[in-house]
Amino acid sequence: MQPDVPRTTDHAAIGDVAGIEERTLLQKMLTSQPFWVTVALIVVCLGIGFYQPAFFTAQNIANITRNFAIFGIMALGMTCVIITAGIDLSVGSIMGLVAIVAGIYLTAEYSWYVSFALGMLAGLACGAVNGFLIAYVGLSPFVVTLGMMSIARSLAVVISGNQMLYQFGPDAPIVKAIGQAKFPPNVEGDMWPDWIPAFSSHFWVMVFMALIVGYVFKYKAWGKHLFAIGGNEQAARLTGVNVKLIKFQAYVFSAFCAAVSSLLILGYTGSAINALGQSYELRVIAATVIGGANLLGGYGTAYGAIIGAALLEVIRNALLMAGIDSNWQGAFVGIFIILAVFIGLQTEGGRSYIAQLRDTILPPRRKDR
Amino acid sequence: MSLLALDRITKSFGAIHALQGVDLEIQPGEAVGLMGDNGAGKSTLVKIIAGNFPPTSGHIAVEGREVVFDRPIDARAAGIEVVYQDLALANNLTAAENVFLGRELKKGWGPFRTLDKEAMIERSSELFAELKSETRPRDLVQKMSGGQRQAVAIARTRLSDPKLVLMDEPTAAISVRQVAEVLNLIKRLKATGHAVILISHRMPDVFEVCDRIAVLRRGTKVADKATRDTSPEEITGLITGAIHAA
Repeated sequence: MQPDVPRTTDHAAIGDVAGIEERTLLQKMLTSQPFWVTVALIVVCLGIGFYQPAFFTAQNIANITRNFAIFGIMALGMTCVIITAGIDLSVGSIMGLVAIVAGIYLTAEYSWYVSFALGMLAGLACGAVNGFLIAYVGLSPFVVTLGMMSIARSLAVVISGNQMLYQFGPDAPIVKAIGQAKFPPNVEGDMWPDWIPAFSSHFWVMVFMALIVGYVFKYKAWGKHLFAIGGNEQAARLTGVNVKLIKFQAYVFSAFCAAVSSLLILGYTGSAINALGQSYELRVIAATVIGGANLLGGYGTAYGAIIGAALLEVIRNALLMAGIDSNWQGAFVGIFIILAVFIGLQTEGGRSYIAQLRDTILPPRRKDR
Repeated sequence: MSLLALDRITKSFGAIHALQGVDLEIQPGEAVGLMGDNGAGKSTLVKIIAGNFPPTSGHIAVEGREVVFDRPIDARAAGIEVVYQDLALANNLTAAENVFLGRELKKGWGPFRTLDKEAMIERSSELFAELKSETRPRDLVQKMSGGQRQAVAIARTRLSDPKLVLMDEPTAAISVRQVAEVLNLIKRLKATGHAVILISHRMPDVFEVCDRIAVLRRGTKVADKATRDTSPEEITGLITGAIHAA
């Protein structure tokens, strides 16, 4: 390097100016929030399992995975929205509306697929209104979805006549079968050993959807554009990304996830109540944030959404098993939310606490000159 | 025939007349410096050429053919690429992902068309090598220096082999060493036959790389001279209004 001839700067020198560091796969993993949440999940599970061996029974695992599956499914939709730096507060109310619309048609003895389709349509319509107002009109996501949260819930109450719907006509057994299906079935004499939990249809739907969302995030242009919008919306627009359409689609997808969850619960309980999903939006957002999605946009993973939902449910289950008053759940969940945001926080140096922890465990290799 | 010819371009925002009949011609392979004080109309002119908004009146011709740009994509289709002042990069994506943002390479068919990451990384590598930049395609833009970020933004403009590259303040807010790097990038563009419009406040940069300098003052072009026929003192006078026109 010759400081007196700046025009012929040796370009290899840029590397040490910028402090480029080579990272191994292990180092990358150690910076990822979902990885640490997975570690926390395993630790919590082993901890409870140690005191309460009942935790690891096939029955309990089947229950836990069924309980968090609907939150995992909705967290997938919420992750898409949050990656664009948006928020969807209406998912809980959309669940209520979808269940009531489907329930009304089932009660009127329509077939299960017509009823489900109409319920789904009601949910997608809510998502489309959200998406249109946010992406095309340019209103704030918080305000629009807050309004939709109120509107959808109110519609659900009005349509249901404030009644619980449970007399579902001729297709009631099919509806129940969808919500209560298990695999493996775990009946006497089947080919599956008993120690394998009988995973619910909820769980399998979640796994299937998570795989698709994960695939789209990684391998489809749509996924990259979603991240680009969250990273720098103006840049995405200037480079020709259809920002409005993609944001619109993110809110429709979030509503779709809420509708799927709602129909699964409808099937599982065999009834529809207009209060279904009340305050679920907060648990979904919590799961998404714990899983590493950044409310400022640009970051989030499908795996993180699922693992965040799982951690919340396991904590809830652990508190129950430990015999702690269920009123304490909120406090514990809240601590985990704040903790998750804290460890993912970018400090002034542009590094998160996780990154600092990583560098302590595995110091970065400087690039060779 | 001029590569780009602007003919009596005006732009008004309500009562404000940002541009009042500006003519400008760019020849192939030429680097033109566009200078002017804040509010002189530089950014407005750039945005019109880039297709961000249409002029109030006047004509734009590319290679003798009149064009109308409604959106940035139209300008791009006509062979005009822009390096924006804030570079228009998404920090959370890698260099290669930024280079190909909105123009991703894909493989496969139908709903299973996936991103062709290897091809994009390889092509970005080639572009960075052409620009003689040490930027690595897999690095996150977030962690890059100003010069490397410039390289990413410039590499993006070369995907389509444009005729004209507009650069809005590419050397503002970066270190001296990175300025040298960016000026080299501009010289590389010229050497490969690309016309460049450089918008800058930095006199030395403009004098180093530009063949011609146009000065805007209060929405009017007050000078348009070959760099060798003028001096920084004259240009400064023209920008401030101490010299009326040249």
